[in-house]
Formats: sequence, structure tokens, C-alpha cells
Amino acid sequence: MKVALFATCLVDTIVPQVAHATAALLERLGHEVVVPPGQSCCGQMHVNTGYRREAVPIVANHVRAFAGAEAVVAPSGSCVASIHHQQAMVARRAGEHGLADEAEALAGRTYELSQFLVDVLGVTDVGAYYPHRVTYHPTCHSLRLLRVGDRPLQLLRAVRGLELVELPGAESCCGFGGTFAVKNADTSTAMLTDKMANVLSTHAEICTAGDASCLMHIGGGLSRLRSGTRTVHLAEILASTEQSTHPATPTDAVTPHQSTTPAIPR
Amino acid sequence: MTAVFLGIPTAPAGVGNLRGDRPFPDAARDALRDGQLRANLGHATTTIRGKRAGVVAEVPDWAELREAGRAIKAATMARLDEHLEELERQVTARGGTVHWARDAAEANRIVTELVQATGADEVVKVKSMATQEIGLNEALEAAGIAALETDLAELIVQLGDDKPSHILVPAIHKNRAEIREIFACTIPGVDPELTDDPRRLAMAAREHLRERFLRARVAVSGANFAVAETGTLAVVESEGNGRMCLTLPQTLITVMGIEKLVPTWRDLEVFLQLLPRSSTGERMNPYTSLWAGVTPGDGPQEFHLVLLDNGRTAVLADEVGREALHCIRCSACLNVCPVYERTGGHAYGSVYPGPIGAVLSPQLTGLSGGTAGNSASLPFASTLCGACYDVCPVAIDIPSILVHLRAEHVEAQERPGAEALAFRGLARAMSHPRLWRLAQRAAGLGRFLARGRPTLPAALPPPASAWTRTRDLPTPPRETFTQAWAREHSRASSRARPEHGA
Repeated sequence: MKVALFATCLVDTIVPQVAHATAALLERLGHEVVVPPGQSCCGQMHVNTGYRREAVPIVANHVRAFAGAEAVVAPSGSCVASIHHQQAMVARRAGEHGLADEAEALAGRTYELSQFLVDVLGVTDVGAYYPHRVTYHPTCHSLRLLRVGDRPLQLLRAVRGLELVELPGAESCCGFGGTFAVKNADTSTAMLTDKMANVLSTHAEICTAGDASCLMHIGGGLSRLRSGTRTVHLAEILASTEQSTHPATPTDAVTPHQSTTPAIPR
Repeated sequence: MTAVFLGIPTAPAGVGNLRGDRPFPDAARDALRDGQLRANLGHATTTIRGKRAGVVAEVPDWAELREAGRAIKAATMARLDEHLEELERQVTARGGTVHWARDAAEANRIVTELVQATGADEVVKVKSMATQEIGLNEALEAAGIAALETDLAELIVQLGDDKPSHILVPAIHKNRAEIREIFACTIPGVDPELTDDPRRLAMAAREHLRERFLRARVAVSGANFAVAETGTLAVVESEGNGRMCLTLPQTLITVMGIEKLVPTWRDLEVFLQLLPRSSTGERMNPYTSLWAGVTPGDGPQEFHLVLLDNGRTAVLADEVGREALHCIRCSACLNVCPVYERTGGHAYGSVYPGPIGAVLSPQLTGLSGGTAGNSASLPFASTLCGACYDVCPVAIDIPSILVHLRAEHVEAQERPGAEALAFRGLARAMSHPRLWRLAQRAAGLGRFLARGRPTLPAALPPPASAWTRTRDLPTPPRETFTQAWAREHSRASSRARPEHGA
């Protein structure tokens, strides 16, 4: 299958290794990956901060960039949920019914990574190897807007070498919430503190999730505390194999202050 | 002469308890520092969440019931005016008197005059959100009439000279030890050996209240529901204090928001199943009192129903926001809200806190109607995690209303602020791929601030500082993904690749 990869603005700009991992994983599974160069953002941040009119040209750009794509995959539950639930809505509200119809049609072909793997490709064992103790945080939009359910867990359980530990209070929000993290920084931090306490109680080396944004939040907190527990995107785990250069060495930008030293120095 | 439509009036300022005196983030900052509050709330919300989840899971057709609740509310709101007039006809036909109150001030005046007409200087009260909303107790007090709360939690709040912080459990922010202290200091003649044993606390309150029930001549209540076809009012409660108030006094005055009615008895059936499981986590609430008008020789011989607008018609006029009027005040959304769980209810500044409060209060007052930006700050007091929508027994899409109100706030600004200019600029970049690549490159320059470290400095200027005070920010990479991909793939396929979107 020819898969168009939507990196998302955050991953593309701040944590590109997540998109590289997504592309590597899909190619390893035998699919052709294309990266439409006109892509930027789904518009969610604008919509959720109250700039729904300003979001319309962003939606238009997204629809233009992915026009003709057979299937679009993004390593983010939140951005895919926005594509499904918000893009057509803001376009329609602005009176752009043609754009709204196109956005709706594109949404029908757009998948979050774990949904694409399990539902469209029908795989749960992607042949990954990741010898770490890992806990999984189900991000709110994956959980409650996209209803990805246990698909990410099915994928993680099939990873060789991975020890999956249950996260207490998993369904509680980490406190990110886009601009909430800045506008209500104190409440956001209070929520993050409780999330980190639960992550640390698992003694996992890695906290993973399907959204780089939530991971940047949790990871940013864990890094500030020098906790030694790091955040790694689900795509990065699924992309790792015994043949990877450093399968045991996750890249280090999501949780900057923690790193895992390779067995043989690079 | 030209008529200028100035909009439907919202709840007036200066009366009632819908407005806080400062923005949510400021009020939350103080609440977050209160360790006792955090412990009490964490414990209470976790317990009640578990109870609700248990009893909801055992109803096989919960999803259908929830959809029925949503549909009945939507249909009722679409013809609210007709149903209200039917309710008035039926209540009047059964010996009650209906009063229409445009706002809090008018409702307070009507109730005060009704009490004064009886000659009483004291009323007993059933727990009621509507009377808290309009500040009835304060209005009665100003007229020399003492209003005595008889619900245990409301009594705790009243005796402690406090404010309710939860729709169902107004004293959720207090623990047993604090309640013992309040009782020991405020109840006249209380047992000096009073402990924090729940039973002993309840008995102390019971003794204090019983005397007041027996001497009361006037009661004031709210209403959970009103059935338009028969003029029947319904109060749902756990303690029996409501039953006492609704049956013992000579005069009963009920203050009810106009959105509380259901057209028929069949509709009531749905809500009496949805409400207790969602609110207290019980299969059925202990007391459901139903009455219509006056029954000679049995119960209150004078019944007044005050129908309250106070901004509700304005909410009804907003096609997205009006869903907030479907709320049946179960408070399930408060109990699952990760923001409410940490800040408690007082931070919201309104009698309606939590997710439903964040969409209802600013609509009742108008987004610009709060003092010092309180109302406008409420729709932003959410991460949009969606837990509230999932548990709402009438499926109010609270996250979508929050997002809608944020946009209403932004669009109401006459001059764009720094944030608006930044978002406009960003939107322009994000809709023009070449500009976007430039913007990404500019963001990438941030890596020089890190001076080779894996994170950016913690001391960044605002608004970045709001993030970096408590969380590290990764140093931006030298190259974005799309740049790297284009570089790696351009040689192989540049001839075949069509130019997208430029």
C-alpha cells in the first residue's frame, strides 16, 4: 500500500525521530511511504485556543497537501482526532462547504498509527525488538475521541524483549492540553506531578504513548526531575529490531536529560 | 424610530453566585497549595468515581438510556415556551401559584415578599442549586429572614461560613475532622465530647435540625424536575431532610430554573434512572418527593413556584452552547475531571464548578460578564481530555462547547492582543508551505540557546517560561523530518515527484 505520512507540526519540528521511526516501520512492513512536502499542521492548536476562523486556511493547506493520498497515517491520536472531528466543522462554520466535504473525505482515509497497523494492515506483531521495561499512557484523544482501545497494548505485547507494566491511573490526563499547559501552568503541573508519580511507581525505564505532545509534557517533567525514566513514542519502539544499529538505544530528544548508553560506544 | 436588538439579557452582576472575583488560573494557584484540600478532593472524587462506574456498568442498556435522556432534553428545549405555559396551567389548576422571574434580583424579591407575607422570619431550605445561584440566603438575610440549610453538607458549609464547592456534595472539600471542628464551634449546646465518627456527626446535625423542622412555617426548595403535563414537581435526595421541608411547613416556595422541566411522566422515568447512578453512584436515591399544587389537609397549604430565567434564554439562543441547559446536576463530570480534582470548586468562582460550570457559568453571565476576567477564563480551564463527556448521563458534549466558547471569547475581542497576532502569523505560515519551512528553520535556531545541551534553558522569557518553570523543553533538532526526508529522497525520485501544495 502507498501510505502518505503526516508527520504533524510538532513531530516534524521538534522530535523528527518519531516520524523517521514511523516511516521506517511502515517500509519494513512492505509499504511505500510518501511524505507530501506541502504538509504543515492539522489546525488543532488554533481551533482549541479559540482561533477557529484562522484555522480554516490551515485545514485548506492540509487538504491540499494530502489530496489524492490513498491512506494517510500520523503518529498522533490527537492530530488524527482533530482531522476527524474538527476540520470539517470549522470549514463548514466558515461557509466553506466544498473544503468541509473534502476534509471529511480525507478524514475517512486518515488513521492513527496503531489503528492503521491493527485495523487496516491487520498486524499486531510488527517484528519489533525492544529489551526494556515499558509502561503505556493512553493519551486522552486516542482513548476517548478515537477509541483506539487496547490496540497499542496489543502491539506492545508482541514486541520481543519488552516487559510491559501496567500504569496506575492510566486514563487520567497528564495535564498537557495544548495551550492549557501555559495558560493554566500551575494546574497543568499538578496533574503532571500525579501522572509522573504513577509512571515512577511502575519502575519502568520507558513511558510510551501514541502522542509526541503528551510525551513531551510527561518527558519534560521527568527530565526536569532527573528521574531516569524517559518517554519514547510508540512508533520508535515498534521501529526497533535486533538489526537496528542501537535497538536498545532510544533517541533522546523527547526526554532530554535521560539517555540509555549503548552497549558498545558509538 | 429604529429598534436596536441588544441581545437577550444575561444574569445581572452584583447579585447571586455565578461570578468569581478573579481569573481561574489565579484562584487555582491558591487552591493547589492547600494540601488538605488536595487530599480531601482526591479521596472523595476517587471513591465516588468508582461507585458510579460500578453501578453504571451493571445497566445493560445504559447507552440507550443516555441517548433517550439526550433526545428528551433536546426536544424539550426546542419547545420550551409551550411546555412552560403548560406547566403554569397545570400548577395553577392544582392550587399552586406560578411566578416568573427574569433574573436573580427579581426571583429574590418575589421569594422575600412571599415569606414576608406569611409573617415568618425564618425558612428551612432543601438543598437547591437555583437558590444558591441567585444568592437567595443573602437576600433573605438582608430582609431580616434567616434561611436555614437542612441538607447535611449545605449545613456544614453554612455553619462554617463557607461556600459550596461541588454541585452534589457542597462540603466535599472538608474532611471529617474539619466537620467536627465546625460543629463543635458553631452548634449551640453540642456535645463537647463530639468525635469525628460519621454517625456521631450525623446525629449532632440531626438533633440541631429536628428542632428547626418542627417550628418551621415556610420552606424553600429547588426542583430536580417538573412534569409539565400534570404540574408535578420532583425533588430527589438522600437524607430525608427534603421530605421534612416539603411536607411539614404551611407554605412551600420552590425556585426552579426554566430548563428543569420534562413534558411527560414517561420522560421522568428515564431521568430517575440516569440521575442517582450518575450522581451518588446509587441504584436508586433514598427519597423521591413528588407533589402537584396543594392537597387539602395534607402537606403545605400554600405552594408557590418561581420560574427562573437568569440568563437561561440567552444560553438557549446559542445553538452550540444550549446543550449545557440539558444538565441534570448529577455532578459526574466534576468527579472525573482532572482539573476539578486538583483545584476544587471554589477556584471556578461560581456555584456551578467543574466542566459543566465552565460551560454554563460564562454563558449565564455572558463571557464578558465576569469581574476581572473570571467568566472568560473558565472555558480555558480544561485540557479537553473528554472524561466529562464520557460520563455525562445526557451526553452533553462539554469539550466541544468549551472550544466553541473559547472562539466566542477570541472573536469578541475588539483589538487583537499579542496572542491573537501570534496565532494569526502562525496560521499564515502554516497555510503557506514555503513560509512554514522558514518558520520551522527559525524555530530550529532555538537550538543555539541551548549551547549544546539537550534542553533549552529553564529561564526563558514569557510565555515560554510558563512551560519551562516546571518542565524541560528539548533542544530543537538541526533538521526537521520533512527537510531530512526531502534531502534523502530528492536524488532518487526528484524527476518523478510532483510538487505538492506549494
